[in-house]
Amino acid sequence: MFESKSGILLIGGLGFFLLSFLSNVVVSVLLYQDMPEQSVEELAEQNTNALYLWQDLSVRYPEAFKKHFGEANEKTLAEALEVGHKAYVGEACWHCHSQFVRPVSNEESRWGAVASSEEYQNELNRPVLWGTRRVGPDLSREGGRRGNDWHAVHFFDPPSVSTRSPMPKYPWFFEGLSITAAMRRLDTMAVQDEAAGELADEIRSEFGETDEELTKSASKAWGMIRKQYPELAKERELSPDAPNKRGLAMIAYVQWLGSWLEQYPLYEQYTPIAEQIANPLE
Amino acid sequence: MTAEQVPANNQTAAAPTDESKLDAAHLVDERLVLWFFLAGLTYLMVSFAGGLLMALQLVKWNPLEGVEILSPGRWRLIHTNAVAYGFIANSFLGALHWAIPRLTLKPVLSKPLSYFIFVAWQVVVLSTAAGLILGEAQAVEWGETPVWIDPLALAGLALVAINFGTPIIQMKGPMYVTLWYFLAAFVWTFLTYAMGNFIPEYYLSGTSAGAVAGLFIHDLVGLFVTPLAWGLMYYFVPILLKKPIWSHGLSLVGFWGLAFFYPLQGIHHFLYTPIPDFLEYGAVISTIAVEFVVTTVVINFFGTLWGSGRAVVTNLPIRWFYTGMVLYFVTCAQCALQVTRSFQQVIHFTDWVVGHAHLVMFGVFSVWFFGMMTYLFPRLFKTSWWSRSLCEWHFWLSAGGITVMFLTLTLAGLFEGYFWNSLRPWQDSIDGVWGFWVVRLFAGLSMIAGQLVFVLNIFMTWRKSKQTAPASSAAPAYAT
Ligand code: HEC
Repeated sequence: MFESKSGILLIGGLGFFLLSFLSNVVVSVLLYQDMPEQSVEELAEQNTNALYLWQDLSVRYPEAFKKHFGEANEKTLAEALEVGHKAYVGEACWHCHSQFVRPVSNEESRWGAVASSEEYQNELNRPVLWGTRRVGPDLSREGGRRGNDWHAVHFFDPPSVSTRSPMPKYPWFFEGLSITAAMRRLDTMAVQDEAAGELADEIRSEFGETDEELTKSASKAWGMIRKQYPELAKERELSPDAPNKRGLAMIAYVQWLGSWLEQYPLYEQYTPIAEQIANPLE
Repeated sequence: MTAEQVPANNQTAAAPTDESKLDAAHLVDERLVLWFFLAGLTYLMVSFAGGLLMALQLVKWNPLEGVEILSPGRWRLIHTNAVAYGFIANSFLGALHWAIPRLTLKPVLSKPLSYFIFVAWQVVVLSTAAGLILGEAQAVEWGETPVWIDPLALAGLALVAINFGTPIIQMKGPMYVTLWYFLAAFVWTFLTYAMGNFIPEYYLSGTSAGAVAGLFIHDLVGLFVTPLAWGLMYYFVPILLKKPIWSHGLSLVGFWGLAFFYPLQGIHHFLYTPIPDFLEYGAVISTIAVEFVVTTVVINFFGTLWGSGRAVVTNLPIRWFYTGMVLYFVTCAQCALQVTRSFQQVIHFTDWVVGHAHLVMFGVFSVWFFGMMTYLFPRLFKTSWWSRSLCEWHFWLSAGGITVMFLTLTLAGLFEGYFWNSLRPWQDSIDGVWGFWVVRLFAGLSMIAGQLVFVLNIFMTWRKSKQTAPASSAAPAYAT
């Protein structure tokens, strides 16, 4: 039996394999069979934490957002989670970041609640993204810890916000700045730098106030910016202020991680973004 | 190739026979063996490129940052997949084409099928590479092959099993140890691949999918690579030492111990996850059990070497084989410790595990392939190696490189583990191991240099074989 073909094929090859499948896999399947699997839509639905930051993205990068996702609602959030998840898998983020917090090694103090099964019973964990190596920190409680703009700059060039970070740059999550976005930047810079305000006024008086007018004369306007602010003009090609579809989705995905937990850091009451803008002091 | 030729073992099974007594020319398609080996070595170089890129990224010396198709993460996937499915699978297919007809005295089922498998497998590997570079990976560690290639790869594995399985099934008389391993491995590889690539993608999510993922990572090494590789060791070592394996009984223990205990351990990759503790403990205990089995196998091979120890110095393939076995023993001794929950607290997620993986994939299995190739290339080219000293360089650069890499990553892992535990800022753990990563980079470069030397030697040996007149009936002196 131990040296015969049938013994080796049936007992060793099939039998022991099935035994291991039973004991390792079937047992855990039976244990979790009552825990329903959530779809991506269900994950986005009523998820005010994630929606809050999703709307924040739509205000922060309005042009890019409109172009790639349209409006910030549950439906587009679900779409973004799917796109972001795909990029997370494809870029092998999960080979540098884990997504589970262990009950040992002070991990609770570093990241918060220990991982539990319900968290992983959903479509975005098909296959599960626990990971086996941490070059960077665990990300399962990452959502809400940083602002959307921090993430954008971090993906664009990690060391610029995280000194000496070995995380790779992801410039392909971004596109070039539009002239209207560049004008908004000049307006912001004007707070500290009068020349920027003057330049903005000059451009507007020459080419017009509205976005359409500015877009029409974009090259000339950029030419004027290049003379005074060559650094800003470079962002016409590629800018951390202009995430593309994957970039927006990646940020949304990272902000979603942990959004289902009590400890989610944005503990303010959820107020739709339009109301917030209308009453900034509330 | 009958039992009578091996008096010491005639009760049990025939040991592999001496080359010269066998008319292997009709049985073995040597050209195909050569092709598989060359394809394997090509992918090994690709894999090195991926590893090098990631190593440079970690020490922040990556000169190619910011290029999408050179994304270090994606190339990290190429690195492991090119080794597993490119280098190791192709080299196995080559070695099996050499060994199985000799052990069964029958050719493989069909020569055209063999050529078809060759082409089909390269299509699988190349399209995997293309898919990974384009960001289409599947989130299964060691099985990142894009989902649309999985069915094709599985069909390829089925064809391999049929092509090699048929002569084994058809042969009469007792089967030598090697064939037990091969037969079981064909079944296991197919089942493992199907399980790991389809179940977590289409049927399960969450914790139970994690259990499958653990089982898959583990079975891929334990039920695909390990049995085929040990089978080949049982074949090549007695031939080179010109004596039968030391103990038939121990080889039985080794085979059945592996078959029973190895598959039970998958969950040990995910201790302290939401997978229930009792399942984790089961995996831990069977892991420790398999170390005893491994010890019997290693003892058996050292028993075989007993009395011929000088072969390790003079005979290069034997030196490669036994180096791999020593490192195998180190790997497994390490397993028995690191599988415990107390070790896991510190070393899980760290470079310790990366060191462990390199030790087993390069230090053991690749090293064994280099030994087989050192033995077989001269026989395929029908001439001796162009340079024996380059063979030595190949050995020392590879063996030295992997030893240093293993040590530096193990230490780095311990430091990382304690840094994290101390709750210091994350960046401290990265700054703290930077020096180890630099050493790792150079260790890797040494391994790469070793293989470049090897490829050069192969090329020159091939040129030499073209220049010398076709060998006369006298066998060339192979020097190894
Ligand atoms: C080479 C390994 C590596 C890869 C690949 C990688 N990261 Fe990182 N990541 C790091 C390291 C190291 C840090 C810590 C330093 C820092 O903040 O940049 C980090 C930090 C982060 C942070 C900030 C965590 C915090 O709050 O401090 C996020 C978010 C993140 N990574 C997301 C990603 C995503 C998404 C991807 C894939 C697109 C990715 N990382 C790919 C290594 C990596």
